[in-house]
Formats: sequence, C-alpha cells, structure tokens
Amino acid sequence: MTAAAGTAVVREHRQETPPRRRSFAVTLVVLGVLLLVSATAGMAIGSVHVPPGEVWGIVTHALGADLPDPGWSRARETIVLDVRAPRVALGAVTGAGLAVIGTAMQALVRNPLAEPYLLGVSSGASLGAVMVIVFGVSLFGPLSLPAAAFAGALLTLLLVYTTARTGGRITSVRLVLSGVAMAAVLTAVMDILLLTSDRGNEARAVLAWTLGGLGGVQWGTLWLPGLALLLGIAVLLVQARSLNLLLAGEEAATTMGLDVARFRARMFVLLSLVTGVLVAAAGPIGFVGLMLPHVVRLFVGGDHRRVLPAAALAGAVFLIWADIAARTVAAPMEIPVGVLTALCGGPFFLWLMRRDARRTVHRGVA
Amino acid sequence: MSATELTVDGLTLTAGAHRLVHDVSLTARPGEVIGLVGPNGSGKSSLLRAVYRVLRPTAGQVRVDGTDAWSLPVRRLARTVAAVVQETGADFDLTVREVVAMGRTPHKRLLDGDSAEDASLVAWALESVDAAGLADRSFDRLSGGERQRVLIARALAQRPSLLVLDEPTNHLDVRHQLTVLGILRGLPATALVALHDLNLAAYYCDRLYVLCEGQVTASGPPAEVLTEELLAEVYGVTAEVSVSPRTGAPQVSFLPGERDRPAVAVPGHSGC
Repeated sequence: MTAAAGTAVVREHRQETPPRRRSFAVTLVVLGVLLLVSATAGMAIGSVHVPPGEVWGIVTHALGADLPDPGWSRARETIVLDVRAPRVALGAVTGAGLAVIGTAMQALVRNPLAEPYLLGVSSGASLGAVMVIVFGVSLFGPLSLPAAAFAGALLTLLLVYTTARTGGRITSVRLVLSGVAMAAVLTAVMDILLLTSDRGNEARAVLAWTLGGLGGVQWGTLWLPGLALLLGIAVLLVQARSLNLLLAGEEAATTMGLDVARFRARMFVLLSLVTGVLVAAAGPIGFVGLMLPHVVRLFVGGDHRRVLPAAALAGAVFLIWADIAARTVAAPMEIPVGVLTALCGGPFFLWLMRRDARRTVHRGVA
Repeated sequence: MSATELTVDGLTLTAGAHRLVHDVSLTARPGEVIGLVGPNGSGKSSLLRAVYRVLRPTAGQVRVDGTDAWSLPVRRLARTVAAVVQETGADFDLTVREVVAMGRTPHKRLLDGDSAEDASLVAWALESVDAAGLADRSFDRLSGGERQRVLIARALAQRPSLLVLDEPTNHLDVRHQLTVLGILRGLPATALVALHDLNLAAYYCDRLYVLCEGQVTASGPPAEVLTEELLAEVYGVTAEVSVSPRTGAPQVSFLPGERDRPAVAVPGHSGC
C-alpha cells in the first residue's frame, strides 16, 4: 500500500520531466526528499505506530537538539532509535549499495541484465559467509564473515564472467545462464552445509538470513556496510568516465584510452568487496541492482556521473519501502525482504529481456 | 591537431594457430590519407586493430612518430591515435552529444569536468560530419548511417594526429560517403582507412596498400595500383580501369559476366 504510494510519485515525476540533463538536478532533489520521507515512514510504521512528528522529535532530540520536555515514552524512543532507525539505515545503505553495484556491473560486463544476485555473486558471498559460520572459522575476528563473503563473491564473479565470455563477447543468454547455474550449485552446497551442520539452531537462523533480511540489526555493526558503500560510490564516481567508455564497446574504449582488462579486474575486486560486505550484513537481496539502475536511466540518461548518485538514492528509497512492506504485509509475521524484491524483480527482469530482444530485432531490420 | 607518421614494420598477427597478417610493412607520412583495400578476410581489420592497440603483434612493430605504439600507455596513445571501429556499443541511453564527448576522455584527468573547450570541440565534430542536428537525440535510436557519422565525430573530438578507420563508409549513403572521406582529406591529420569501394579509395587516398591473404600484394598511388590485372588477381573479377576525365582519378568498372578475356580469366583465379 505504502510502497505503491512511493512508485506513484516517481511515475508522476516521469511524465512532467523533460529529458536528461536538466532533469538530473530535479531527480536528485525529488529522490532526496523521497529518502527523507521514506526514512521517516520506516521509523513510524510498524506494530506500534509512531506519528511522523514524534519520530522527528525523537531523532532530533537524539542528535542533540535542545527540545522542551519530550512528550513521548521511553519505550517509543527505544523502538524508534534502537530498533527501527538502524534497520532503516541498513536498508538505505544496502539498497544504495546494490543499485550502485548493479549499475557498474551492467557497464563492466556490457549487459543490461547484470546484477550481483542474478550472476550468482550474492550466492557466492552467502556461501563464503555460511562456511565461516558452520565451520566456526574466525581468522579475522568479527571481520571473518564479510571477508569470507568478499572472497566468495570475487571467485564467483570471475568464474561466471570467464564462463560466459567466448571470443571476446558475452551474450545475455550465456551470462544469465552461467549466473543461474552457478547460483544453483552454490546454494546447493550451502544447503548441504546447513542441513548437516551440528549447530542446528544457528543453521536455522542462517537459513532465514539467506533469504535476505534487515531485521535485528544494531548500530554497532552498521559502520562496515556504511564504509563499504562510501568507498564504493567514491571510487565509482571517480571512474565514471571510464565506465562510460565501456558503453562504447571494449575496442572503442581502448582507442579512447582505457586499459579495459586492468580496469575491469580492479572494478571486479571493488564490486565483490562491497557485495560481500552487504551480503554479510543483510543477506542476498536480489533484483535491486537490476531494477533501480534501469529506472533511473529513464530519467537521467546513461552517463554514469548522473546514474550512480541517482541510483544510490533510488535504491535506498526502494529498499526502505520494501522492508516496510516486508514487516507489515503479513504482520505480525515478517516476510524476508529478499522475497519481496524478487516478487517485483522477476517480472521486471522478464520485461527487460523482452525489451532488449525487441531492440535487437529492430536494429537488425534497420 | 597535427599530423603523425605511422610506420608498420614487418608486422605479423596471429589468432591461435591462424595467421591473420604476415610480415606487412607500411608507412603513412604526416598528412597522408592511406587506403587499405583487399577482399574480405584479407587482414585489413586485423592490421588496423594492431595500429589502434587492440591486437598485439606476434612479430614486428607499429611505430607512431618513431615510438612503438605498444610501449606507450593506452591513454597516451589515445591522445594521438583515434579510431572508428566496426564494433557497436551496447544500448545504454546516451545522447549523441554524450557519445561524442567520450572522445575527450583521454585528454581528461580523473576529476576534470567538461570544459567550454570540450563543448565547442564536440559541437565542431558534430558539425563536421553534418550531424549537428542529432546532438540531443538518443544514440540508440539512430539509423545505421547516423550512428556511423556520430562515431566519426567522436573520433574527431579526440583531436587525433592519426585517424584509423575501419570501413567508415559502411552504412552510409553516397552523399555521406563523400562527406566523410572529404573530411578526412581536409584534416591535417594522417589517416589510415580500410575501404571496400575502390573508386572512393582511388579518388580520396594518396596511396593504397592492397592486402590479400594477410600480405601486401601491391602499394603505391591509386593510378599505379588499381590495374585490371591486379583486380583479376586479388579479387578474381573482370574489370575495366579508365581515368575519369573529370577527376583524373582511376575509375573501376566491373564487368560481371564478361567471358571473352582469357588473360584475366576468373575460373582459374589463383589468389595472390
């Protein structure tokens, strides 16, 4: 219900806006406002309803604003600050991160269907994390989980990429099939590990996590995903021109001064790092990295200097709403947010595939 | 924009066990327009790919103003050498202006924005290929010919002193074929162009290199190279070569179905 309100705003905006450049500023402002509204809603909506005004009171008070005697109870303050706020923050960070990763991945493998989840990269990260949990490895202390997720993501990405690439070209079909097959294998291995694990209770908790969810997060663990997101966005923005060049094709990019192989290798490491950290924090959440970049391109065009910031904001907004839906639709039951994103993402994927097929046919005729 | 000297020296290119180009040498003096002609699969594109640094030579060298092109960083080379390649990019919602502006990339540092100079160079490049009106159109929606002109504009925006073009007149109608080659003639830059149309090659190029099965079979000014014997030998076709009274350039007329010329008999076509 509330999620529908969010998309309605976006659609209205689309009809009014003239194409491209001028609309970039407008898009950023609209998305910024949407993010504030969404964050407020994320902290207001739930089993205990807290009015938006009160949410802002609590938040500004916590940030040090000197307010007259607050009119809210301790319990509500705890719900907003310690339960919902970190959850909203993780949703925003994860959504932004996945959207940015998807954007870059689509340019790097030169395919509009690329996305960490569809390419099996999220599954690789999950398997890495699960192995740490099941075998109780703690080589890097609390960083073992994200480190293993990073390693799993990177290995999977390299494997899928080399499998899908033949003769310097990657077809959509081959890419997606490699990703799906890889994900199937990785998930199977993960299931075996979990089912045969001695740590039965932990395994069940992990199984819930593998569906993707933002619940139970605490402020203390948020710094790592936050840091990874900032690093990812900063590096990608600096490299936005190079990402643009890849849109022209690999040979053309080389003739315009990009060392394609080296650039791609570096970016793969970066994307795996961010994916690993995000998956370790929120589980594999699919399709955010597929949908948001494409939606954003409709408004701001394909230049990565504009797509990346807009996709980050849009991803944050989207995942906050998806999470609100996940915990309210079947309340008091909570649906894993990854299930909901897949529910929207699957049809989107099919639409995108058909659109691309039409374009190819059209091109062939022309 | 200045002109660069290109020297290809004993170049051999291979793909696996397959030999694409064998011991080819070629020079383009500053400002010359050099045409590369030859049948399909004769190694034209491979040779060009070695020049714009995509296909690494197995033997021999590509030198740009005396420096081995493969010893330079990719970005340095891209400030001197621009190319129009045959590969097309993906669909990613870029405007024509944005596509042409990509050509400015090798001249930019990491955090540089687009300057007024960039904007005017992009406008000039689009103007040059008669595509100023396309600037705000979506590149994905252009016709094949329009795309080709925009890609040439992108190479021009790079301000190269050596332009490498792989069949730049493909997909173009006659008028735009003449426009594009006319632009090459008008630039101070050196140009190396693979062409299929022999009459265009004859008119616009200073010198031609004829490639056949990966080797140079003839080279020199068009009038010396384009002979009836050579066309029979290399392409296996019967043709009549005359001199155009208006342009002074050699003119090739193909004579399909002509069988009364045993000296250049097609059936016994031996290749090169």
